[in-house]
Amino acid sequence: MTNHWTDIKNADVVLVMGGNPAEAHPCGFKWVIEAKLANRARLVVVDPRFTRTAAVADKFAQLRPGTDIAFLGGVIRHLLEKDAIQREYVTAYTNAPFLLRADYGFDDGLFTGYDEARRTYDKQTWAYDLDEHGFARVDPTLTDPRCVYQAMKRHYARYTPELVSSVTGVPVKDFEEICGLIASTARPDRAMTSLYALGWTQHSVGSQNIRAIAMIQLLLGNIGIPGGGVNALRGHSNIQGLTDLGVMSHLLPGYLTLPTEQDPDLATYLAKRTPKALRPGQMNYWQNYPKFFVSLLKAWYGAEARKENDFRYDWLPKNDKTYDILAAFELMAEGKINGYFCQGFNPLASVPDKAKLTGALSRLKYLVVIDPLETETSTFWKDHGEFNAVDPASIQTEVFRLPATCFAEEDGSLVNSGRWLQWHWKAADPPGEARGDPEIMAELFLAVRDLYLKEGGAFPDPVVKLPWPYQIPRAPSAGELAREFNGVALADVTDPKDKTKVLARAGEQLATFVHLRDDGSTAAGCWIFCGSWTQAGNQMARRDAADPTGLGNTPGWAWSWPANRRILYNRASADPAGRPWDPTRRFVFWNGKAWAGADVPDFKVDSPPDEGMAPFIMNAEGVGKLFALGGLVEGPFPEHYEPFETPLARNPFGRVISNPAARVYQRDRARLGTARDFPFVATTYRLTEHFHFWTKHTRIAAVLQPEAFVEIGEGLARLRGIRNGDRVVVRSGRGEIKVKAMVTRRIRTLAVQGQEVHTVGLPIHWGYEGLTRPGYLTNTLTPSVGDANIQTPEFKAFLVDVRKA
Amino acid sequence: MALQSLDVKNQSARTSTPPTARRTPEVAKLVDVSRCIGCKACQSACMEWNDLRDVVGVQEGSYTSPPDLSDQSWTLMRFHEEERDGALQWLIFKDGCLHCEDPGCLRACPAPGAIVQYSNGIVDFHEEQCIGCGYCTAGCPFDVPRLSGRDSKVYKCTLCSDRVAVGLEPACIKSCPTGALHFGSKQDMLFEAEERLGDLRERGFTRAAVYDPRGVGGTHVIHLLPHGDRPEAYGLPARPKVGLVQRAWRSGLARGVGVATLAGVLVAGLLHYMRYGPLDVPPGDRPDGEVKP
Amino acid sequence: MEYSRRQFVKLAAGGLAGSSLAALGFSPARVLAEVREFKLARASETRNTCPYCSVGCGVILYGLGDKARNARTEIIHVEGDPDHPVNRGTLCPKGASLVDFIHSPHRLRFPEYRAPGEREFKRVTWDFAVQRIARLMKDDRDANFLQKAGDVTVNRWTSVAFLAASASSNEAGYITNKVIRALGMTALDNQARV
Repeated sequence: MTNHWTDIKNADVVLVMGGNPAEAHPCGFKWVIEAKLANRARLVVVDPRFTRTAAVADKFAQLRPGTDIAFLGGVIRHLLEKDAIQREYVTAYTNAPFLLRADYGFDDGLFTGYDEARRTYDKQTWAYDLDEHGFARVDPTLTDPRCVYQAMKRHYARYTPELVSSVTGVPVKDFEEICGLIASTARPDRAMTSLYALGWTQHSVGSQNIRAIAMIQLLLGNIGIPGGGVNALRGHSNIQGLTDLGVMSHLLPGYLTLPTEQDPDLATYLAKRTPKALRPGQMNYWQNYPKFFVSLLKAWYGAEARKENDFRYDWLPKNDKTYDILAAFELMAEGKINGYFCQGFNPLASVPDKAKLTGALSRLKYLVVIDPLETETSTFWKDHGEFNAVDPASIQTEVFRLPATCFAEEDGSLVNSGRWLQWHWKAADPPGEARGDPEIMAELFLAVRDLYLKEGGAFPDPVVKLPWPYQIPRAPSAGELAREFNGVALADVTDPKDKTKVLARAGEQLATFVHLRDDGSTAAGCWIFCGSWTQAGNQMARRDAADPTGLGNTPGWAWSWPANRRILYNRASADPAGRPWDPTRRFVFWNGKAWAGADVPDFKVDSPPDEGMAPFIMNAEGVGKLFALGGLVEGPFPEHYEPFETPLARNPFGRVISNPAARVYQRDRARLGTARDFPFVATTYRLTEHFHFWTKHTRIAAVLQPEAFVEIGEGLARLRGIRNGDRVVVRSGRGEIKVKAMVTRRIRTLAVQGQEVHTVGLPIHWGYEGLTRPGYLTNTLTPSVGDANIQTPEFKAFLVDVRKA
Repeated sequence: MALQSLDVKNQSARTSTPPTARRTPEVAKLVDVSRCIGCKACQSACMEWNDLRDVVGVQEGSYTSPPDLSDQSWTLMRFHEEERDGALQWLIFKDGCLHCEDPGCLRACPAPGAIVQYSNGIVDFHEEQCIGCGYCTAGCPFDVPRLSGRDSKVYKCTLCSDRVAVGLEPACIKSCPTGALHFGSKQDMLFEAEERLGDLRERGFTRAAVYDPRGVGGTHVIHLLPHGDRPEAYGLPARPKVGLVQRAWRSGLARGVGVATLAGVLVAGLLHYMRYGPLDVPPGDRPDGEVKP
Repeated sequence: MEYSRRQFVKLAAGGLAGSSLAALGFSPARVLAEVREFKLARASETRNTCPYCSVGCGVILYGLGDKARNARTEIIHVEGDPDHPVNRGTLCPKGASLVDFIHSPHRLRFPEYRAPGEREFKRVTWDFAVQRIARLMKDDRDANFLQKAGDVTVNRWTSVAFLAASASSNEAGYITNKVIRALGMTALDNQARV
């Protein structure tokens, strides 16, 4: 979230699209209700089905799964055509006035630079027109045909209400009413918040869905202000933290990236990742990349990391390709992965195409499951009749199941969606012999290290020399690890402007990432968490709930990254002269001497407005990007592409049907179905009664939602002769499941491109382990197709058939 | 546990007059249906706090689960879809005891002290005194109390009298994520409900109303209904009242007749037992509260 | 309201006996009007965070026992933390039944091992599990670790993959990352995508 949960109460319009917070985040959703009560806010819900969020909405529209960009593109067109934008904000704080290269273009579904054979783009034309200093040329009047504003206007001219309606299934009248509500927040004194979740990310165009709302929010001047923002409602309790800590195939802590083969040494690696400002006088915060990166190497490799050995840069693995979860299972299916570890994760239920996964897991030499609960993954080799028909004798995988503690049995911190790091305390001992995750990792690592010490082996250095400074080596404590990722001064850190001034003494916990250095004198395991455990102690454990401004900012509660900042880009809450856009929502402003206000300014605090530094300090151009340059693989503007399984024979927006840059493995492509065999559009989702695949193991949740079902509309029920409560078979190109049918008016038959489209709703929570009724994993049906940028599977739009069982 | 805040105002089959010298504030739960998202947190918190665990049922084509109130489910979210003037409404209603000011259950109950009304308005069942006759279920105008198959005693929402007794709000109210449930003095809850009416009307619910039915003397669980003209749409009776029989029973008129009749029946029953012995119940008829996998 | 035959008989008999006896004056000696005892009076309280979604609601765990040496704490109740700025004491249906997660009958209690082709897990010691896994890891790393790709030092191990838990703490995530990258593993991922 750019903003945070409590801040939602400051919104005037709440747009819920690509999410269902009333069900998935009920306690956060209270702030939507609060906005309705306190601000008379209007709640707009756009979703493939009438959810429990829709039940309390002021306006609901049902759209066809996978057509969000068509809808949002239509909104962008509406805003531009009606000039319903916050023009001063757009001109000063976005790249709307920036001129693009003359050779950039878009034609019939494809941007310039497409290589059809490799299904990738050469992105060099998606760039600014630079002057002789390397700065972008701009036209503040927004009239130059090559400026971003004009390019955007041309791009979205095709997204007329009529075409939007015929692609999404949303009636023109409803679409225009929603456009009007969104446009009402273009005024400086009105804010719209966007709340989204997996409903936007789990598409082959997922990243572009998010880009589209970011553009809308920039056009409306809704970024950086209370009640605004682009707010990802994350799933798991610490998915934000694990992402922040870079526990992903291409990342390192703090959104630093894992080197690739193209980065043979530290200098090359850093040069590529340390940007130069694209406009004069901009902060360009990522210019500090070397400080963050060297501090990470010092935190991990300690005294081993020295300037003369590139701080042990060579110890980091260098990627040759991406090893995301879809890639890992593809490699496993090919027999190229021998061992697999699942730490608190049930991929058999969560990663697409169960049959593929079962085959892949069966090829493993060994599988290690670390979990508090009995997961389906841990028993993938067990015969559960029709729900998991396998022959254990033929599966040669060795399986280990290690019992882990749960939240109640450990100390530690979690990062919520609003980027708050909150500390929690152990209340009881775990059952039986269960152990904490850090303890299990330490045990495994130390055992491997022992073997290397005894036997030697392949490149043992990083294994045998990895610093392990923990009091009890087999059980590093949460406090020790938290202090390590916060960071420490290894030598006295002095003020660059006044060397006699010591900012942090050697050995002290660092107070802020501003004190990080690239010379090896500081260590920080995750630079964005620097400040969470300072000399003053554990900041994540703070419990002062005071809200001095009434805007819900509670700066003394827990600790928010970065720098305890609660709203990102908050400099944009003031106009270019530093005055609050909305005097009733004064947030961060220029007080004559410095930037100040309700939050920690996301800015150079002493840079006066007339210096012209723009608010988006993490961007090299200092402004928000309506045009994404080469940031995304399938284009600088979001374009509507159909899901990989679509009921339509063509894409009404252009000749390319589905995302031209998405990676689809041959094995998976062969398992895609067509509308002839699978005429209905399915979408998977969660229900409020359950949390993923955990709560089927808890009695009360099992009582509240006991058995799997599929939701279908009355139209589809008539077509197939299905009555409420009937048992039905749902089939896709990957397999079939049998479940109960729930026939509902909450899913209507849509009119799309002259044909009827039926939507099938598939909640995911059940399986053959648990206290709920035993059943199939919904995952049996899902396609193994990922978003082109980050490989999030397309769970939200695929094709199925439904018949009476 | 001390009961200073829970003076007894009324109890079933009482033979003495309750003390009235002390005055305590009347409490109420406000259910703002317009803010309810049907998340069932109240249901979950109720089961958790009261140490109840209902059976794991089956999916029968509804979000309502379990299918009905029971000795293990003292509150239940009921879901109902309705289309009016082309607009779909998902009506979600929290079923459970309304804690009537004039409780039909209490009037109907023949077991002394099995049903108690505290001066704060809570109507509480004391299962130790319950004789399982089920008259309360017939006496309730809202069809709330449920006879348990395990112990032949009747159960329903206590408005968490154990929590209220120590100064806490009921478990359901504390848990409610959106504030659809509020708790406080009845006066404050009525005031709040009136305030909320304005917002609802501004959003187009011109017939929104507060449901606090006079026929049972008002209730200590009051509802704010967006479609206030049609309480039946939520499963609430339009004009609930305490039945004639319960009134008569409570007034003592019918009791004399009843006692004489019952005494006769008891004697007849005894004679029947002496003559024919106990009734043989086939095993399949035994109530079973456990889940069959 | 439907009653089974047995229930009806019990109901009728109970009602008959109880109501008539009471009415005839045989009421229990003293009519108690006591509420249920408040169950948390001396329970220990521990602040924690709900482990489910990313709202990060504050919860209070109520434990049986005062944490004295001889008392093994049993969590008996979980309730929202009223001080928490986001949830302000509220919880969703999952959070309100967290106690059933802590005490799920399906919690794992001991390390288990399933040999190739076997039909069941068998209980093993931690020592067996750790030593065996370490041996498998080392042998695989030694066999498949790639130090150089052409001239470039790549130091990567691609034949074993790891999925990290996105509901575990930052501290667990941090040490996992540190250890996995030290081993040279490239296929490290978490639930962010799913």
